[in-house]
Amino acid sequence: MSNAPPKMTASGVDVFYGAKQAIRNVSIDVRQEDVTAFIGPSGCGKSTFLRTLNRMNDTIPGARVSGDIRLDGEDVYAKTMDVVQLRARVGMVFQKPNPFPKSIFENVAYGPRIHGLARSRADLAQIVERSLTRAGLWNEVKDRLGDSGTALSGGQQQRLCIARAIAVDPEVILMDEPCSALDPVATARIEELIHDLRGRYAIVIVTHNMQQAARVSQRTAFFHLGQLVEYGDTSDIFTNPREERTKDYITGRYG
Amino acid sequence: MSKSLVPEAPVSAAQSVERRPTDWRTASMQRRVRQRYAAERRFRWLGLAAVVASAAFLLFLLASMLARGAGGFVETRIALPLDLARAGLDVTPAQLRGPRADLALAGAGLERAVDTAAETAFPRVGGAALLSDAAWLRVREAVKRDPGLLGRRATIDVPVASRLDIAFKGGGTRADRAIARTLAPQLSRGLNRDFLGGADSTDPTRAGIWGALKGSLLTMLVTLLLAFPIGVFSALYLEEYAPRNRWTDLIEVSINNLAAVPSIIFGLLGLAVFLGTFHMPRSAALVGGLTLALMTTPVIVIAARNAIGAVPPSIRDAARALGASPVQVVFHHVLPLALPGILTGTIIGMARALGETAPLLMIGMRAFIAAPPERLTDPATVLPVQIFLWSDDVQAGFVEKTSAAIIVLLVFLLAMNGLAIYLRNRFETRW
Ligand SMILES: Nc1ncnc2c1ncn2[C@@H]1O[C@H](COP(=O)(O)OP(=O)(O)OP(=O)(O)O)[C@@H](O)[C@H]1O
Ligand SMILES: [Mg+2]
Repeated sequence: MSNAPPKMTASGVDVFYGAKQAIRNVSIDVRQEDVTAFIGPSGCGKSTFLRTLNRMNDTIPGARVSGDIRLDGEDVYAKTMDVVQLRARVGMVFQKPNPFPKSIFENVAYGPRIHGLARSRADLAQIVERSLTRAGLWNEVKDRLGDSGTALSGGQQQRLCIARAIAVDPEVILMDEPCSALDPVATARIEELIHDLRGRYAIVIVTHNMQQAARVSQRTAFFHLGQLVEYGDTSDIFTNPREERTKDYITGRYG
Repeated sequence: MSKSLVPEAPVSAAQSVERRPTDWRTASMQRRVRQRYAAERRFRWLGLAAVVASAAFLLFLLASMLARGAGGFVETRIALPLDLARAGLDVTPAQLRGPRADLALAGAGLERAVDTAAETAFPRVGGAALLSDAAWLRVREAVKRDPGLLGRRATIDVPVASRLDIAFKGGGTRADRAIARTLAPQLSRGLNRDFLGGADSTDPTRAGIWGALKGSLLTMLVTLLLAFPIGVFSALYLEEYAPRNRWTDLIEVSINNLAAVPSIIFGLLGLAVFLGTFHMPRSAALVGGLTLALMTTPVIVIAARNAIGAVPPSIRDAARALGASPVQVVFHHVLPLALPGILTGTIIGMARALGETAPLLMIGMRAFIAAPPERLTDPATVLPVQIFLWSDDVQAGFVEKTSAAIIVLLVFLLAMNGLAIYLRNRFETRW
């Protein structure tokens, strides 16, 4: 593995919802060249922790984050950090596909447009095509870019959301159970996609599917009851876990 | 529960543990299905009956208003033989072409000449009293169009007095109807342009609705321009930006209460604040609009908050996660999706404001106003107040004017709602 500094680092992160603590003292490094998987039983705080990385928790009333999170060494929670730019740099794909009720083209073009990334209309069209191609959706929608994004199938919608996220050219992409609503074929396409995107973006993916974590990720973090139980190379976690709890979880003894 | 579903099942200790598969063909099951269908049917009939009942009410209202008010748009005219050459009016052709033609004709005694002509033509049945106050004005228009009339004999159709008008339309006293029968060959009907183009008058045949309609338009314009942006921005702030605390709770309760305050109280408020403190002109559309805006804003705030709150959070999250700023989230995503709901609330509020009388009476919009308002600060009246004033008038001629004014108000309302529905459909997002 490389010795380059990690893309994102979190150390000693606690998250509270009101008085309730959802994340306890979690420290993790996310590396640029890896796909990092978060696994763990439902309600253990995977989504919560994922959202701290691009400050999406800011909008939840009562949510409080403490600890240190850095993107390329910059303090994400510093007063001087521009949240809007941070979210452009750290994109997110949600569990439930949530395309805008606009045309397919507008869905993908929205991000580049608000950040002024396109120099001309042709340039914008090119960005849209490239993003849709990378998301593996171009061939299916190239003749119907004007149709509503919500008229696509669930799997197509999720790929549209991925295309929308990469159109902004982020540095990190956070995916919260992107395949939970999809059939095996669509899931396989998205896994393929993650494979293709690896290296270009640092990718963090939350998943309930052990095989998926094993297939797509190089690093795996196991969460339990708001704590990070074990974090290491995916091959080690799945073949030779250090912790009893990890072993129980991945062998399906609870969850 | 299972006992009631399958009553035939023997209840013994051994069998109650092991449940048998449900038999969907038992008599009780069949009854259940029948009852379900019956309930569906009842419900559908109930809904249909409700729709039919409300449609019938609306039809009845429209039909009775049309039956009684249609006459208000029609005037009775009498063919008046005129010999203006003999009347010897002192007007030069140059004066008739100039801008002061009206003044010249009035000064030369045209009104007296018209009255004399009526006395000569209809001596025993009433003479000049048969003519509307507007009759000589109609002659004046004709003379201006064709100055040759001053030098020859001619017959001109002029509007008749209210009494004869009513009698010709089949109402009034028996004596008046007898006169109408006698004169029938000379009488005719035509569109009452004074009604559509004029303002209030003491003579019902001259009274017009345009003044009140224009007053309503100006008032609604002021109300819309104030209440819509203030209402929408308040709702946006409360939903998207305001922290949830005791203060915002207090504001929310106040707004909900404001929407329920009787409208006359807003009138008193307008009287005290706009007229008392700021010394704005009385009876003006500006003040009327301000007062109605006070009343309409809370309605729009409530509707807009509901519409904004109904925008799925996932859309906001999607936009935020792309790096949209809060303002961009609101204006690119939340507002467009909430707009149909906001428009619906705005229509309801504006329709209520359009029909409002009480608060406007408080700020002096009940004055007799004989000219349509030119500016927002001119004295004006509005349709419902005009209807109220006419329905209060003792002259029989105002009865059909009242109904006609109600028709105009309803048409205005329909036009407004139609526009709003069109706009709502245009902005509707298909998911
Ligand atoms: N908005 C919120 N307000 C209060 N508590 C919350 C909120 N969101 C999550 N929680 C709580 O925080 C804990 C962690 O939730 P989180 O959604 O991060 O779990 P998760 O690991 O993503 O679960 P799943 O796998 O089911 O998605 C849970 O106990 C949950 O009840
Ligand atoms: Mg989750």
